[in-house]
Amino acid sequence: MADFSPIELMICAASEMLDDGAMVVVGTGAPCAAAMLAQKTSAPNLTLMFEAGGVGPLLPRMPISVGDSRTFYQGLMATSMADVMETCQRGLVDYTFLGGAQIDMYGNLNSTLIGDNYEQPKVRFPGSGGANDLGSLCWRVLVITPHDRRRFNERLDFITTPGYLDGPGARERAGLPPGSGPYKVITNMAVMGFDEESKRMQVESLHPGVTFSEVQENTGFELLVRAPLETTAAPDEAMLRILREEVDPHRYILGRG
Amino acid sequence: MTKSNVLQEGVGPLLTSVDCDAARAYFRTQPKEMVDKVMPVSEAVSRFVVDGDYLASGGFGGDRIATAVLHEIVRQKKQHLGIAGHTTTHDFQILCSGNLTGRGQLLDRVDAAYIVGLEARGLSPHARRVMQSGDVRVCEWSNYTLALRFQAAAMGVPYLPARSMLGTDTFKRSAAKQISCPFTGAPLAAIPALWPDVAVIHVHASDEFGNCRIRGTSVADWHVARAAKKVIITCEQLISNAEIRSDPTSTTIPFFCVDAVCLVPGGSFPGNMPYEYFSDEMHLQAWLQAETDATAHATFLEKYLFGTKDFSEYLEICGGEDRISELRKEELIV
Repeated sequence: MADFSPIELMICAASEMLDDGAMVVVGTGAPCAAAMLAQKTSAPNLTLMFEAGGVGPLLPRMPISVGDSRTFYQGLMATSMADVMETCQRGLVDYTFLGGAQIDMYGNLNSTLIGDNYEQPKVRFPGSGGANDLGSLCWRVLVITPHDRRRFNERLDFITTPGYLDGPGARERAGLPPGSGPYKVITNMAVMGFDEESKRMQVESLHPGVTFSEVQENTGFELLVRAPLETTAAPDEAMLRILREEVDPHRYILGRG
Repeated sequence: MTKSNVLQEGVGPLLTSVDCDAARAYFRTQPKEMVDKVMPVSEAVSRFVVDGDYLASGGFGGDRIATAVLHEIVRQKKQHLGIAGHTTTHDFQILCSGNLTGRGQLLDRVDAAYIVGLEARGLSPHARRVMQSGDVRVCEWSNYTLALRFQAAAMGVPYLPARSMLGTDTFKRSAAKQISCPFTGAPLAAIPALWPDVAVIHVHASDEFGNCRIRGTSVADWHVARAAKKVIITCEQLISNAEIRSDPTSTTIPFFCVDAVCLVPGGSFPGNMPYEYFSDEMHLQAWLQAETDATAHATFLEKYLFGTKDFSEYLEICGGEDRISELRKEELIV
């Protein structure tokens, strides 16, 4: 088996979830690496979009900002933020990637603040940015995040971006598009999905060498398990070579993991 | 007047009026002659930015921002301004250096979609201090809904519907309302229009009257320029009106939206300017680093911002033409 780091496994696993011919809105960092890797391997016809208006770039290197000129380098279109978001709202965008400081069992995300006083929070984060829009309007939301109890929280200090809110039917009752919502959560320990009935997070595969109890210990809520519990497929040499040599040769992302 | 269609309301403060008739009355009185609007940045800021005004900053935080105008607003110690923060990153960082630094209170209210971070570069310690201190009033939005607020204003209507923000604390802390659709009965978010007092936008080229060209993504600027009551343009290049007329398809902002045109080559520095120069990541990192220590921050701001007389002096300290040509190579990938 090839040697790989946790971040390499996360990016490879995420890239394999993106099917060829799909449309995906990505941010910077690991999600962008996953989408670039997918384009170079299993999904050459994946269309990348960025929330500031970049559509279909031939990314020469990793963008620093989701609005920088890399996001439309040799692109198909340089348009507006509203045009990209409205493409999501019309139902054309299959996938998006989001992250946050906290995530709960329904896949709700917090990227706004920590603390219980909104006016004077303990820690203020940037806020929604485009996350709430993308999490509301794209069909399937993927999350790539480190796995620890601080992040995987029973109760969020602030719901910035909707997952399944408080359970089955809640998104639809709030007026969010039916059939949309969190799809997979990819961490350094496991890949999780969401139970169709309860909309709760469930472990689908454990990374090689990780046990379920380790994952549960690092999670602040009770995880469900999908049977049969699988082992996450290890990336092969060819995929790792493309990731290391073509997607992130300067180790902007791989260097962090 | 009945408002019975409202199902839920956000508790956030509505920081600007949604009166579209008042906006019409204002726009009716605005001068619409094609006159020469070229002036220095200092004059544009002293004439068109008034204490208490609500600002909108064009571009995308560290991409195509009107740095020279933002700096000048800080230098002139404008007070009690509002800001629309749709991915305001370095632009917010510049403006909030007029808060908690012994220069009064530059910002006192923020419509926040994305404010204290510089995306992949990390969070701004000073912006966090300002936001955590309670020094500014805050209303939450998302990037799209904030862009939609400008779109509604540009359309001249009091609100637009969207299927975003619903069911979250972002909605609860916003000034949006949840309404039922008059056709389907389904819940929708009603996003109020936003007419900023002043917008500052950096563009690739403008003629003397303010007919502007933007290359690359327009982000929300098409609507921001049309929604704002006053617009200050900075441009990389001044071009002739004949050139504008040779290719009207390329005009993104028309003269009748614009109040001032300032020639500022390199004007998005240290931000990225598509097809011109890439962002100066070293300078942005140095700025973030300086903010981790109060003394270092004060020294940094004095050197680069408070103590410089204008943008060209700032650019010179940062390496001037030589630095811009390095960043040009990076932008053009040569």
